[in-house]
Amino acid sequence: MLRSIRSTFIMIGECFKMSLANILGNRARSFLTVLGILIGVAAVIALITTVNGFSGSLSSSFSSMGAGTLTVTVSGSDLKSGMTTADLDELTELDAVEGVTPSVSMNARVSRGGSYETGISVSGKNAYYFRQNEDLLTRGRALNITDEESMTFVCIISPDMVEEFFYGVDPIGESLYIDGIPFLVVGLMSEDGDSSIAGMMNGSPDILVPYTTAMKMNNTNVVTSFTAYLADGWNSETGAEALEAKLDGMFSYEDDCYEIMDMSSIEDTMQSMLSMVSALLAGIASIALVVGGIGIMNMMLTTVTERTVEIGLKKALGAIPWQIQMQFLIESFLLSIIGGAAGIALGLLLSLILSKVMGTSFVISTFAIALGAGFSAAVGIIFGWAPARKASKLNPIDALRSA
Amino acid sequence: MDAMTADKGAFFRMEKINKYYQMGEEQAHILKDIDLSIDEGEYLSVLGPSGSGKSTLMNIIGCLDVPTSGQYTLRGRSVDELTEAELARLRSAEIGFVFQNSQLLPRLTAQKNVELPLIYAGVGPRERRRRARELLERVGLSDRMEHLPNQLSGGQQQRVAIARALAGNPTLLLADEPTGALDQKTGKQVMALFKALNDEGRTIIMITHDMNIAKNARRVVHIIDGELTEGGGTNDA
Repeated sequence: MLRSIRSTFIMIGECFKMSLANILGNRARSFLTVLGILIGVAAVIALITTVNGFSGSLSSSFSSMGAGTLTVTVSGSDLKSGMTTADLDELTELDAVEGVTPSVSMNARVSRGGSYETGISVSGKNAYYFRQNEDLLTRGRALNITDEESMTFVCIISPDMVEEFFYGVDPIGESLYIDGIPFLVVGLMSEDGDSSIAGMMNGSPDILVPYTTAMKMNNTNVVTSFTAYLADGWNSETGAEALEAKLDGMFSYEDDCYEIMDMSSIEDTMQSMLSMVSALLAGIASIALVVGGIGIMNMMLTTVTERTVEIGLKKALGAIPWQIQMQFLIESFLLSIIGGAAGIALGLLLSLILSKVMGTSFVISTFAIALGAGFSAAVGIIFGWAPARKASKLNPIDALRSA
Repeated sequence: MDAMTADKGAFFRMEKINKYYQMGEEQAHILKDIDLSIDEGEYLSVLGPSGSGKSTLMNIIGCLDVPTSGQYTLRGRSVDELTEAELARLRSAEIGFVFQNSQLLPRLTAQKNVELPLIYAGVGPRERRRRARELLERVGLSDRMEHLPNQLSGGQQQRVAIARALAGNPTLLLADEPTGALDQKTGKQVMALFKALNDEGRTIIMITHDMNIAKNARRVVHIIDGELTEGGGTNDA
């Protein structure tokens, strides 16, 4: 028993050596054969690694900007169409809420001197908003309480606006016409603009003004969208409950007057969308693996036909069918696994480049590597099986006669 | 065990061996009631023209093919009862083949070619190497061990093939036209090697169509149209 196990090992070891010699002895053909597997595995690895990196960056940016905030969209009721300034102050009084930033959006025609631009997005914000987004301002001053209370005509503008209207001029202290009303530029936004979730979803506004001023220009006295920053010790669930209790009261317990979105639910939705997309793409990429497997099968069938004499000879020299089958199976397995290894390397390289280009994090996924290796090994064995079986069934006499 | 003792003496025995091949519509009767027995240490040649059935006979002797009817016993074991794997084991243990075109694997060195049967017999690498080198020395190729087949002459290739046939230390050396692809001079060298091996006690069966080659053996049988006749005479008896 022990002896037969030992001789099996010896035989398998020799099969590996011979297979490797065959593969290397026919480099060009082997390379073309494994190309399918290589591309398939590289595609699957690159996809999984890139999507993983992307979703990693997504959750880290979500947690950095979204932790402890709730975004509320108010549709209002017949009696109350939105939140007044007083309502917002009342919300700020809640234990759960540390502060509230309203968002009053409008599209405006902006002009200065002879040039003008329409459809510029202008957003009304408050002083608290700037305290929460300290990196937002690069120069000048933020909005303050006085701006809110006295509805001043001041604005903070994006780099795009600077380029558009203030070429070669320091914008701070200059004026800009928004829908024909002169506003004094008091500050400049950074390149990244509004990195909050609301900003990301609405697209960064180009111009920020006091929200009270924006309300007045919109001819309204209510706010329909705001973000509540939760106090320490409150999570999105308990915070939302507290907020709901208050808002229900404000809207006289009517249904569907507002909607609270928390970051984790948005993130969950995006993550599940991402994983669906990646599963779909990986599915498509794995078609390449099947095609690669067929390539290997084709090559192995050709090899068996070409090496008929060799097979017959080995049988005459005492090789049993099982040993012949093993040899060809090992050869297709090796071919496939070499292709798979090259594919893993190429896939990782591709995803490294992609992560640099897209600015996402690059995380080597052991799952993806295991999947690539497992897949290619399986392809080698599954598609090598039939040719190996064919070889093992060759009649040694016919095989030798064809010489 | 009983069979072994019953067949003592007759190392190899064929009784009423018949072989039919289906050739399209017709059934060809290739071997007709062949009776043949050999003792250990004999040197037999089977002489016959092409198409006489001698290759089929060799395949059956070599356990590559099975007869349609009849009894073939090798070392007391009835060959037609064996499975394909058992036949392979039997070949590996009892029979060494020498083919007309030495049939070496082109990618392997002379030494690796000789090692080949030992791989399938499960012999470890060190022992294989030792044995292959010893046999290559025996056939006079001690300076050609690392050469590839295409770097060797026809005669040298055939000697590598003989070394390979001897690797498993078989009792029977089975040669099919061993000089067929060689010129006269190298053919003679191969025949001298066969004679020396037989003198050491190795059983040899050689199949050929060439009378001059066949007469090297101690015993010659003729095969014509599938029928075997004892030719008796040896050249040096």
